Amino acid sequence: MAARAERLATGSTGRAIPGAAWPGLLLAAAMAGLVVAAFASLLGEVDRASAVAALGDSYLWRVVRFTLLQAGLSTLVSLVPAVLLARALARRPRFPGRALLVRLLGLPMVIPVIVSVFGIVAIFGQAGIANRIGAMLGLEQRTFLYGLTGILIGHAFLNLPLATRLLLPAWTSVPGETWRLAAQLGMRSGAIFRLIEWPLLRERLPGVVAVVFMLCTTSFAVVLTLGGGPAATTIEVAIYQALRFDFDPSRASLLALIQLGLSIVVLVAAQRWTRPFDLLAAPGRPADRPDRGGAPGMIMDSAVILVAALFLLLPLSAIVAAGMAWDAFAIWGDVRLWQAAARSLVVALAAGTLSVVIALALQISIRRLAARGAIAAGRALDLAGSIVLGLSPLAVGAGLFLLLVGLVGPFRWSLAPVVLLTALLALPYAMRLIGPPLAQSAAIHDRLCASLGLAGWNRWRLVEWPQLRPSIGFALALAVTLALGDLAAIALFGTPQNATLPLLLYQLLAGYRMGEAAGVALFLVLLVMLLFVGIERSVGGRRLVRH
Amino acid sequence: MFAIELGDVAFRYEDMAMRFTLTVPTGAFLVAFGPSGAGKSTLLNLIAGFDRPLSGRIRLLERDMKGVPPAERPVTMLFQDHNLFAHLDVAANVGLGIDPGLRLKAADRDRVRAALAEVGLERFEHRLPAQLSGGERQRVALARCLVRDKPILLLDEPFAALGPRMRDDMLDMVERLRRDHALTVVMVTHQPEDARRCASLVAFVLAGEIRHVAPPEVLFGVRDDTALDAYLGEVEAS
Repeated sequence: MAARAERLATGSTGRAIPGAAWPGLLLAAAMAGLVVAAFASLLGEVDRASAVAALGDSYLWRVVRFTLLQAGLSTLVSLVPAVLLARALARRPRFPGRALLVRLLGLPMVIPVIVSVFGIVAIFGQAGIANRIGAMLGLEQRTFLYGLTGILIGHAFLNLPLATRLLLPAWTSVPGETWRLAAQLGMRSGAIFRLIEWPLLRERLPGVVAVVFMLCTTSFAVVLTLGGGPAATTIEVAIYQALRFDFDPSRASLLALIQLGLSIVVLVAAQRWTRPFDLLAAPGRPADRPDRGGAPGMIMDSAVILVAALFLLLPLSAIVAAGMAWDAFAIWGDVRLWQAAARSLVVALAAGTLSVVIALALQISIRRLAARGAIAAGRALDLAGSIVLGLSPLAVGAGLFLLLVGLVGPFRWSLAPVVLLTALLALPYAMRLIGPPLAQSAAIHDRLCASLGLAGWNRWRLVEWPQLRPSIGFALALAVTLALGDLAAIALFGTPQNATLPLLLYQLLAGYRMGEAAGVALFLVLLVMLLFVGIERSVGGRRLVRH
Repeated sequence: MFAIELGDVAFRYEDMAMRFTLTVPTGAFLVAFGPSGAGKSTLLNLIAGFDRPLSGRIRLLERDMKGVPPAERPVTMLFQDHNLFAHLDVAANVGLGIDPGLRLKAADRDRVRAALAEVGLERFEHRLPAQLSGGERQRVALARCLVRDKPILLLDEPFAALGPRMRDDMLDMVERLRRDHALTVVMVTHQPEDARRCASLVAFVLAGEIRHVAPPEVLFGVRDDTALDAYLGEVEAS
């Protein structure tokens, strides 16, 4: 049966399942065309003389070096605690509050990055809690946040939870027999780590390292806000500065091309080392294992879990606490907040819908191509949908920016390019959420549908939609949420007159207007949660009974 | 008159080349058995039109089937599992056999009820597949085959997941439906005793070809084919 399911999923010679693949092919071609056009406009803007001068310029290489340095260090400070935390969580299935903590690990992924940054500033900033506790202990007040330290704290806050969630399934994949065998053989903690846990981690770690490194090289909001100056600038932020402050298209293009080259190298490396795993999988149930008895292990695990929980919970609670303070409520009466909220809603809903529609069209075409045995063409479509995951938003955005400046002139556009770019940024997630259930539905139902003559609209209405609703609802909720939190696209294409909520929050933070920023941060979080739950419930519908 | 004629039909799946020649008289109950991977399911997929032959000819009821899509062939097929849509109730699952858009008139609903009664499932109309046993699900699928009103019924290891008692009951039901509706039945199985119970013809499939076709009493008496002997011996031993 397994062989047959696989055969149905991957297709075979001459399978006769009808259906046109051209809508997806057309879309993929349009997207590829857009990226190529953007790329071409980058190449066109590089002025050869100044490029050669820039390549010899120490500034450029300093930026590149710093980008790699901070990404490497960020990966280190995220991954090492993540391994410790994941192991502690796997060893302590009945730790009080464990389930809640595991769920909270998913939060930094949906909360807008700029809001997380606000929480971090509230804890670790000059007037933050960390400094106040230091003052009580008689330490001198210091600003340590801005610069490399701030970037590392920010990236750890975002990526430690993600890495933990990606690593946890390594433990749940260990069969119960293995633990019973370990108990029978009298294995102790060290032997268990060496013989059971490390081999599993070794399989997963390279992929997780690649994902985190990739996210840190192309990270924008954290570096922009916590980098704090020219000494701590990455390529991503330098592109933004070159376009929006110096208007130096040549330098911006050069930086964007370097960034694209860099992210392609990381992407290829990641694909090489990564076994496919689910970015959004929920960690499963932990197993019973024999090395939980000893007091030292208990103390160490508890310490790891507590410290990690504090590191995550403090900024999160600071967002809520500061947002509820008296001076934060002033912003609720401010027209800027409501205008930004309206723009954010329009952009997020449009971008999220666009993203899910493209993902659906691509996945349906991939499925049809697979049914015809055209696997390579299907792979190409899949790559087209995921390509932006690795490419930097600012580099692609810079190309689009210069293309538009050439076509319509600077800032003579509305929020359309923001919608387009954020839709592309959310596309890889939508692809991954919609693809597997769609392929599974095909594997199970293709022959039955063909024999009943169920095709086209009837098949969509009676078979796909009822079965895929939960996946589509979740994908749309996630895509809308991601678009709602975007700072990169709006920073590049927006102006203070058409700011969205994240841009408004950034402007307030940059002006040290912490009270108003607190109000906007909490408002944004509430909006994100409202939209996420609302879309998942309404579009996703109730879960279906399955046999 | 022949319901099914395969003339030197060639097909390739990965490295496995297959070549089938077979004629099934109208009204026959043919049971094809053989080891897994022999090409039994491919044989059904070719007849039903899910797989396209590389060469050769397929005629059903004396009509050439080249280019005829699965839904328009005089064939209906029961799979081993996933015959039903989990989110649609029993009546809707059967109704799909009448109209793939589920726009059913009152008369159509009566036909659905009648077909369900024929397989012993009256009053199951509004249940969901998850609330049925494995045998009941296959009976719902059989009811849908009935309303599709096609003269050829293909069964792809349809009762492999059921217990022996239930399997025998189901086979008897198929045999009864064959007689009542004048169907031609082709069933694939890897259990020779299914063939002994109700087949009028038995085919032994091995390595992508049909080694023997004969009435059961003849085929099970063949003693000069070591491959067949070995297979029958193996199945009996297990």
